[in-house]
Amino acid sequence: MSDHVVVVGSSVGGVRTVQELRRLGFGGDITVVGQEEEKPYDKPPLSKQVLMGTQTEDQILLLGEGGFEALGAQARLGVRATGLDIDSMTVALADGDEVEYDALVIATGVRPRNLSPALNELDSVFTVRELRDARELAARASLGPVAVVGAGFIGAEVAASFRSLGTEVTMTEAMQAPFARALGAQVGGLLSELHQDHGVQLLTDATVQTIERSGDVTLVRLADGRRVEAATVVVGIGATPNTEWLGDSGLKIADGVWVDAGCAVLAQGFGPHAEGVYAIGDVARQVDPVTNKDYRVEHWTNAVEHAHAVARQIVDPTSAPQPLKAPYFWSDQFDLKVQMVGRPAEADAVTMHRFNVSGTEKTVAIYEANGVVAAAVTLGWPRAIAACRHAWEARADVDALVSTLSELADRRRTAAL
Amino acid sequence: MKLGSDVGKCQGYGNCVAIDEQHFDLDDDGMVVVVQQEVSEGERETTEEAVRSCPVAAIWIEGAR
Repeated sequence: MSDHVVVVGSSVGGVRTVQELRRLGFGGDITVVGQEEEKPYDKPPLSKQVLMGTQTEDQILLLGEGGFEALGAQARLGVRATGLDIDSMTVALADGDEVEYDALVIATGVRPRNLSPALNELDSVFTVRELRDARELAARASLGPVAVVGAGFIGAEVAASFRSLGTEVTMTEAMQAPFARALGAQVGGLLSELHQDHGVQLLTDATVQTIERSGDVTLVRLADGRRVEAATVVVGIGATPNTEWLGDSGLKIADGVWVDAGCAVLAQGFGPHAEGVYAIGDVARQVDPVTNKDYRVEHWTNAVEHAHAVARQIVDPTSAPQPLKAPYFWSDQFDLKVQMVGRPAEADAVTMHRFNVSGTEKTVAIYEANGVVAAAVTLGWPRAIAACRHAWEARADVDALVSTLSELADRRRTAAL
Repeated sequence: MKLGSDVGKCQGYGNCVAIDEQHFDLDDDGMVVVVQQEVSEGERETTEEAVRSCPVAAIWIEGAR
């Protein structure tokens, strides 16, 4: 068993790793290195509850009173890790310190992409990743119209949150519909309607050319000549893994840190194995031992599952890694809960299914690959997503899942009588 | 051991049901329902995993909060 575990990253993956290590009885030293000075907090509420003011910053803290110290862990918050030496098993920090580890957990996450570096200098243009972003955006709700660039999940949630506060919102999307890239045209179409019904002005097939500031107005110019004037612009066009600090470490890095099923890092080419080094959560690109395909998943549940798996590996290196879990995420937009399981990108067909649940119509999109369920999206029917997760894990065919969902819809109605 | 839940916190994420269907369910509105209160020693590990999987801490094992 390792004597000193160093966790780099203080978001949910890092925090859950520490908690799980202690729960499993790990008695050694733990050091957590975190770039942000803030107490560790949960990120999903940033684009929703924190922005809308329905949850306070205290309510999204990940640790109770006592923080990391209460878990017997030393916290180095507000300090970036700048390098890794796998031979001396040392992490270099921005303040010049070096920390030796027996086991290292890389949980540095991702950061939002921006349209161009120069945009960071416009104080009316934002991305959403950290608490301070949500804090500043919440304060701007009353300043006037908001333009959201990119109708992915963060963008759509930000649009819905501002709209719910009564702010005028225009959302631009390079594809033909929100989520079209991730979920396909059918689901994208339904979500377009949702946003339009709530008064979001949606501009599709819209490529941003420039964003300029002119007095109090920020102008988003589109390639086709259309223009959006706003007080605040939020850019939500995807994220980049924070791996620069690992540049010459010898780890295999390509859109994430490559790891095996147990989250242990892989070496670059025929380079040396990095003893005791793991990567988890958004930053980790995991190879499925069954299919040899690799995936990087930016969802909360994945980070927690990785954290638990890596803690078990550290405490008992001989334990066999579990099979990859079904990727699962949720998104709350207006009063609709969008939930997804699986990998829509691997599907060769998608079908829409409607179910009558206690008099309300519920929609489920089922994505199929080679006859089995590759993914499913439920709209406003949380109970169904658990069944979809089981179907995905069991490699069920579409008919079997549809019949399970029908039973679920009927069972509910019978029970209510 | 007994289970507790707070539907005021529940967001219908469904992680609990995906992990431990024997103890947790969601109603039509997506709110958590504890379908079996008692947790035996043999069930404990799975139920604890379900509890830890909740993103909003809407479920717990009594006495273990």
